[in-house]
Order: sequence, then structure tokens, then C-alpha cells
Amino acid sequence: MYSIRAENLTKSYGGNEALRGVSFEVSPGEIFGIIGPDGAGKTSIFRILATLVVPDGGSASVLGLDVVRDYHEIRRRVGYMPGRFSLYQDLSVEENIRFFATLFGTTLEENYGMVKDIYSYLEPFRKRKAGALSGGMKQKLALSCALIHKPEVLFLDEPTTGVDPVSRKEFWTMLQRLKDQGLSILVSTPYMDEATLCDRIALIRKGVFLDTDSPSEIISKFDLPLLAVSGPHMASLLRDIRQIPQVFSCFAFGDTHHVVMRPSQDSIDAQINFLNTSLHAKGHNDLSIRPIRPNVEDCYMYLDSMEDRL
Amino acid sequence: MIIKYLIEKEFKQLWRNPFILFIIIALPVLVMLVFPWATTMEIKNVNVAVVDNDRSDLSRLLTEKIASTEYFDITGVFMRSEEAMQEIEYGDADIILEIPYGFEEDILSDANSSLLIEANAVNGTKASLGSSYLEMIIVSFAEQAGVSRGALSVSAPGGIAVDSYYWFNPAMDYKIPMIPALIMLVVALITGFLPAMNIVGEKEAGTIEQINVTPVPKITFIVGKLIPYWIIGVVVLSVGMVVAWLLYGLRPEGSVLLLFGLSFVFIFGISGLGLIISNYSSTMQQAMFMIFFIIIVFILMCGIFTPISSMPEWARIISMFDPFTYFAEIMRMIYLKGSTLRDILPNVYPLIAFFVVITGWAILSYRKRG
Repeated sequence: MYSIRAENLTKSYGGNEALRGVSFEVSPGEIFGIIGPDGAGKTSIFRILATLVVPDGGSASVLGLDVVRDYHEIRRRVGYMPGRFSLYQDLSVEENIRFFATLFGTTLEENYGMVKDIYSYLEPFRKRKAGALSGGMKQKLALSCALIHKPEVLFLDEPTTGVDPVSRKEFWTMLQRLKDQGLSILVSTPYMDEATLCDRIALIRKGVFLDTDSPSEIISKFDLPLLAVSGPHMASLLRDIRQIPQVFSCFAFGDTHHVVMRPSQDSIDAQINFLNTSLHAKGHNDLSIRPIRPNVEDCYMYLDSMEDRL
Repeated sequence: MIIKYLIEKEFKQLWRNPFILFIIIALPVLVMLVFPWATTMEIKNVNVAVVDNDRSDLSRLLTEKIASTEYFDITGVFMRSEEAMQEIEYGDADIILEIPYGFEEDILSDANSSLLIEANAVNGTKASLGSSYLEMIIVSFAEQAGVSRGALSVSAPGGIAVDSYYWFNPAMDYKIPMIPALIMLVVALITGFLPAMNIVGEKEAGTIEQINVTPVPKITFIVGKLIPYWIIGVVVLSVGMVVAWLLYGLRPEGSVLLLFGLSFVFIFGISGLGLIISNYSSTMQQAMFMIFFIIIVFILMCGIFTPISSMPEWARIISMFDPFTYFAEIMRMIYLKGSTLRDILPNVYPLIAFFVVITGWAILSYRKRG
């Protein structure tokens, strides 16, 4: 049995279609990531599965329970961490966690084992008001509060947005540990580098999933030549690369531009030479061009521009 | 009992919010200590310009008598009406008293004499109350002067003496009827509108989202929000009553139990109204303005400052839908008249109807999930 099952979910707000038929399953003990930019519909999926809103169409179940009919039982057995920090800023760390424990009819002591790893970071700040915590600490507190009732499924909506890289890393280590304890985790993120830490991911764009698979499978499906280009004048370089007809797409990735070439019979070296010559003609010298392996972000951008061209 | 923890949390937060705490304490104190004096309809220090065409002993005596009361200040005695009119135009005088030529002679010879009172009606209350005070003084002056009543006519018909007795407030102290109404205002503000702001605040902060995914039923959450304010409301009501007793010597003539009982009906109704507002607003700002609008309408239409019976028909219809109308009347009747439940039934039914309608509406508007 699946921990989470969504079938053809649709939801619109006013005339705005947030979800246009989304289906996926999450198995027990799996970390499933929903990857996509802001406004793609990630939060709507979470709100439906966490029984906060009713879908317009389609159906969804969590732990075999229907999200509309059995919402009460679902709430007992899942933990939800909203994208926005939603704990009481004027209550202390300890008061928050104890308060949420009582709402689930339990106590901090009873389920201390569940949250120990995370809460141990917070214990020095037990008496501090939640509003006065740093971003990373707030996130750990929110996770503790979502775990305090020993949920079987965890919903984490953009848990690492606005959190420093070190805390992000710690956070994902914690998720792996929770997974090992048998929790199913549904997590969303706009950070593509976090995608590879999930067992399976879905790439979401404008309310539809572009693809659902394990990160390595998604990457292996990417079969076009991919080149990293860098040079002294990055801004004009980007414009000029895009004007070359043999280039399918080009995006800025940190300090290099990732160039996807159109399918061709030529060898990769011939394509690098061709690109170098074309750009040289446009006045770009001292270029570094090398073939690279695609990452999840390349795959997302590729699928995204494919959709645009349809 | 989860509700116990919700209430505990609410009080914890309340203690940490100095602003709300200040409001809860300062509002009743300010209202009870300051407003009764500010809302008084008593008119004092009315400026009178006298036009003395007679220039006799009697006219001078009258002027002195007017000046000797605490109600009037004489701004000047003039020869011509134009000069006095100028005083009014400059805003230095509120009322002109014109004493006719031959005033003393007419009075002493038992003939009729007429005085003219002109008032600046820019401030209507001051004008009407001021001129009627002035009439009273003139009439009593005429009596003292040993003049038969018939001889002096102001505007009241001569020959008839009217003695007034103000029942339930013999001294005609304006503070007395205001106090029960003010207690009502404070209770309404604290029990209705603070919890509404609080709930909208949780919406705005997003904390309601985290509560909504817990198994806590919505109704428990809401009641847990309201109970602390109900408790505070009852405390404020009691404090208000004690202050009224200690400071103004005012105690309810009627049953305190009845007063508290009906206060609960009123408090529940107003809380429901606050809930409706919180359901329809998603930000504190929206809630604030909605509350502001409703409160202004309720206060101005409820008849505590101006009698409903003198409102035009359409305004009276609005006041019929104003819960303050009924509860203010109930408070005043129990406080001043010592009315029993039977006496105030005509006001109790609409209050209960208000409670039922509002509670139903609040529940319905909350049921819509998603």
C-alpha cells in the first residue's frame, strides 16, 4: 500500500488553475521530492494532502485514508510543516513544542525519542521566544513540532527556503535519519541540488508534472549534448550563444553558461569547435568550453523549454 | 481537555502582549473615569450679551442675577442690538438678552413686558438649553422681585407654574444615565472585538494553519479563543460596576443577577459578531476597519447620546437592528429604575433574537471548510 496516492488532482483559485491534473504515489519509507519554481502549484498539493483544502477534482489518499472523508484521522497521523514559519513567535521554544504535543494528546517526554536528534540542537535555547530564533533554528523547531506526535507521513513544504547552507545540509541529514526510521516524506523545494537527495522526484511546472522518476533516471533520460561555456564577457556571451541556430537552449548557471546543442551527427569535439569558431566570429576570445554531465536543473530547464515550444 | 491548554496558551500570550494588556486595563479606567464628565449634557459658562434698552435698577438687578449663576457669563452690556449681534458673530457671545425700553415701569405698573432671547444655534444643544435656563432665571427673578407672575412673559405662557421632578435621577445628573451605557460599551469592545482581532492575527501570522492540521476541532479552537475574553469581559463588567459605585455612588437598583445574566447574552452575541468579522477578513487591517465601521454605527444609532424617539423614521429602523439599543436600555432600566425581568422583556426579546441570529450566522460562515 502506498503512503500517499494522488490521482488527477485539480484545484483552482478564482480563475487561476493551480493544479491541472497531478498524479503520483509515495511508498512507505520513501523521500519524494516535488521540484519546481514558486507558483508552480507545490503548496496546493501540500494543502490538499494535509486536509487544509478540498481538491476541485481528482482524489487523494494518505495512509489509505481519503483526504476529504477521513480528514480527521489523517490529521492525527501526519506531520505538516508549512512553507511559512507558523509557530507562535511569542511563545518560547519549549512552550511551542509542549503546546503542540498537548494538541495531539501527547507530551514532550512521551515522544522525546522521536524528536531527540533535532530537539537537542534547540535545548540550549529552550527559554528563548520562537520569534527570536535564527532561520535554521526556527526550521528545526518547526520540524520538531511536526514530529512530536510520531507521524507516519511527513509533509514538508519548502522546508529549506531562506535557510543557510549549513543548516540545509543538517536538515537533509535529519530527513535521511527519519526515513531510516520508516517515515514517508513528501518534500518540496525550489533548490535543484536538493533534488538528488530524494529517492524519487517530480518536476512540476504550471500545475502539471513534467516527469516523475528517481533523480538518476531523470538525468539519464537527458540525451542531448551539454556544454559548459565561460568567458570574460558573460552577459553578451549569453545573448550571442542564444543566436546560434545549432543551439537548442542556453542558461546561466553560476559562473558558466550551460548550452544544450540540437541533436546532430557530429562528434562532441566537432560541436565544441563549431561553437568556439562561431563565438570567436562574434568577438569572444579566451573561451572555455567543455562537455559536462547534466544535473537535475538542466533536466528541468530542458523539459521546461520543451513545454514552451509545444 | 484540550481546551484547557488552548486557554492557558491564550493567557500566556496575553501576558506577553503589553499593548493588549494596556488596552484591557486602560480602556475601562479611561471610560469610567473620564467619559462620564465629557459626555455631560449640562451647559455651563454660556456667554450672554445683554442689550439694556431700559437702563433701570430692575434691569441692572436682572443682569447681576444672571451673572451670579454658574451657567452664565456676561460678556457685556450694550446700548444697541447691532453691537450685541457683533459679539455673536465674533463668537464671543452665545446668547443675546434684550431688555425692552420701559421694562421696569411696565413691571412695576403690573403691565406685561416682553424680553427677547436670541441664541447662536451653531451649537444647538447649547442654544436650546442655554435659553431655557435663561428663561428659568428670568421667571424666578420676576417672582423674587415681588412681581406677579402674569406680568412678565418670556416665551412661556404666563400664569401657569410648572414644577418638574426628575424621576430616577432627581438631580438631573447627566453622568448617571451615561455610566451604565458606558459599561456596556467597554464590555462590547473587549469581548467582541479583541477576540476577532486575535483570530485574524493568527490568520495573518499563519499560525492558524498549524492548528488546522492538528486534530483539534475548529469549534474547540474558537471557543478557546473566546473564553479568555469572556472572563476578562465579566471582570471588566464587575470592575466597571465597582468604580461606578465608589466614584459616582451608583449601584444597580434592580437585580445584579439579572444584570449579569443578560450581560452574558449580550457578550455571547457580540462575540459572535466578532467571529463573523474574523471569518470575512484575512488581515488585521480589514478587521480593524470593519470593526470601526460597525462600532461607530452601533454607538451613534443606539440612543445613548441622542434619544431614538427624536430620530427620523429611517434612523429609528436602523436603531432597531442595533443590539446596543436594547442592552443600553436594559442596563439603564436595571441600574436606575430597578426594573425586573418582566419590565424589560420588550428589550430582552430583541437581544435574544440578536444572539440567536448572530450565533447561527457565525457558525454557518465557519462551517465552510476549504
